[in-house]
Amino acid sequence: MASYSTNEFRSGLKVLLDGEPCAIMENEFVKPGKGQAFNRVRLRNLKTGRMWERTFKSGESIEAADVMELDMEYLYSDGEFYHFMKTDGSFEQVAASASAVGDTKEWLKEQESYQIVLWNEDPISVTAPNFIELEVVETDPGIKGDTAQGGSKPATLSTGAVVRVPLFVNQGEMIRVDTRSSEYQSRAKG
Amino acid sequence: MAEHPWAPGGNRARWQRRAELFAYLRQFFAERGVLEVDTPVLGRLGVTDPALEAPAAEGGALQTSPEYFMKRLLAAGSGPIYQLARAFRGGEVGRRHNPEFLLLEWYRPGWDDEALRGEMDALLEPLLPGFPAERLPFDALLKQVFGLAWREVPESAWAEALAAHWAALGREGDPLALAEGDPLTVLEWLYGEASETLQAPTFITDFPPALASLAALRPGEETAARFELVVAGVELANGFQELCCAKTQRDRFEADRARRRQLGKPDVPVDEALLAALKAGLPPCAGVALGVDRVLMLMTGAASLDEVMPFSWARR
Repeated sequence: MASYSTNEFRSGLKVLLDGEPCAIMENEFVKPGKGQAFNRVRLRNLKTGRMWERTFKSGESIEAADVMELDMEYLYSDGEFYHFMKTDGSFEQVAASASAVGDTKEWLKEQESYQIVLWNEDPISVTAPNFIELEVVETDPGIKGDTAQGGSKPATLSTGAVVRVPLFVNQGEMIRVDTRSSEYQSRAKG
Repeated sequence: MAEHPWAPGGNRARWQRRAELFAYLRQFFAERGVLEVDTPVLGRLGVTDPALEAPAAEGGALQTSPEYFMKRLLAAGSGPIYQLARAFRGGEVGRRHNPEFLLLEWYRPGWDDEALRGEMDALLEPLLPGFPAERLPFDALLKQVFGLAWREVPESAWAEALAAHWAALGREGDPLALAEGDPLTVLEWLYGEASETLQAPTFITDFPPALASLAALRPGEETAARFELVVAGVELANGFQELCCAKTQRDRFEADRARRRQLGKPDVPVDEALLAALKAGLPPCAGVALGVDRVLMLMTGAASLDEVMPFSWARR
């Protein structure tokens, strides 16, 4: 397996740290006085999303991680695994576990494209597109005439996610949601 | 394969700023009767300092600083001299490090290190806010930032102080393991962390003798006449009341080589020409090297050297 020396560190590099796949976010070369240099490195654990800050002796090497990021289309769930298909025309499929899918489960919509991180060809994380259009399957009836301001109410979407929507939004409507904040954006057009 | 980008960094205004700085520096020294010199960038030898790597090149090595050549000029009666020199440090790449950079190095025969700091204040006052800079001895800095009287506590307490500081900043890493058990390295890292906290321009003076580098020891040998200038947490300069004794200099070179062997680093022969010059008589003098690119970085509020060098390491 390839390895990277500290002087090859740069943001975006995928490495193995304590057996976990990580992405380097920031790398700072530090050399105080006339002394021995070291690298102060911020890394993101690609499985858990947790940030790490580690100090490495300059010149030290760490193992590269075989990590790929791919856009894949969501197909279906068999109750245990979530199945995705490559969009490169190969029709190749991968099965992601519930832990790899994590909270993105609430945003899984068939035929929508998701970013999948593969480590040694196994999916370890699934990221939803920033904005997604989903149907409101359950909410209190809308209030006539209230189209601009006022309160909000909970609405259950077709994926199971619950978001707060303005009072005028009705059951059966398509809405646009920001998946990062779970916030309602607008009614979907068309 | 993607094509290597051809375009330089920065813009014309930045390049002009750089050129104006060179012109200002040359005028400053011309008005003070300090002679501009130039010396080989490709020298016969590298440097024994275990923390520096002089990149190897045909017939020798690229110089980590023009110091040895300039001391040979001083020993030959040059009087006060300065140089805007290209310097090279292998493996040092980062926001504040570029393996090739520009040093302003100058020497003042007959001056002591405080007189030289006064001249640095005069040089930098028109360029950066906060000059004249504060003076803070090394021991006082460690006391101020860590509450650590490093001379009075066991060496193990140095590593504990650094570990606690790192932990408070959310950084993982065992200082002593990283330093391969070398307490002096831990002390230098402590110094580095402490100096990074300084915002106002500050001269850190009176280093421990073990970190003397090429500085003379003060009478009583409690401290070395070495100083660094730190501005906004960035080290800008390193200077000495120069060591003139050839015998002491040889001992320090040999100690460097022993340390290199211990670290498994390639051996570097002692520069006998420099020692012969010291023996012939280096006049008592003070000298300093100032990182010109870093000065420009602070002058322009740039976040990295890449913004102030037309062709940084990544853009070559």
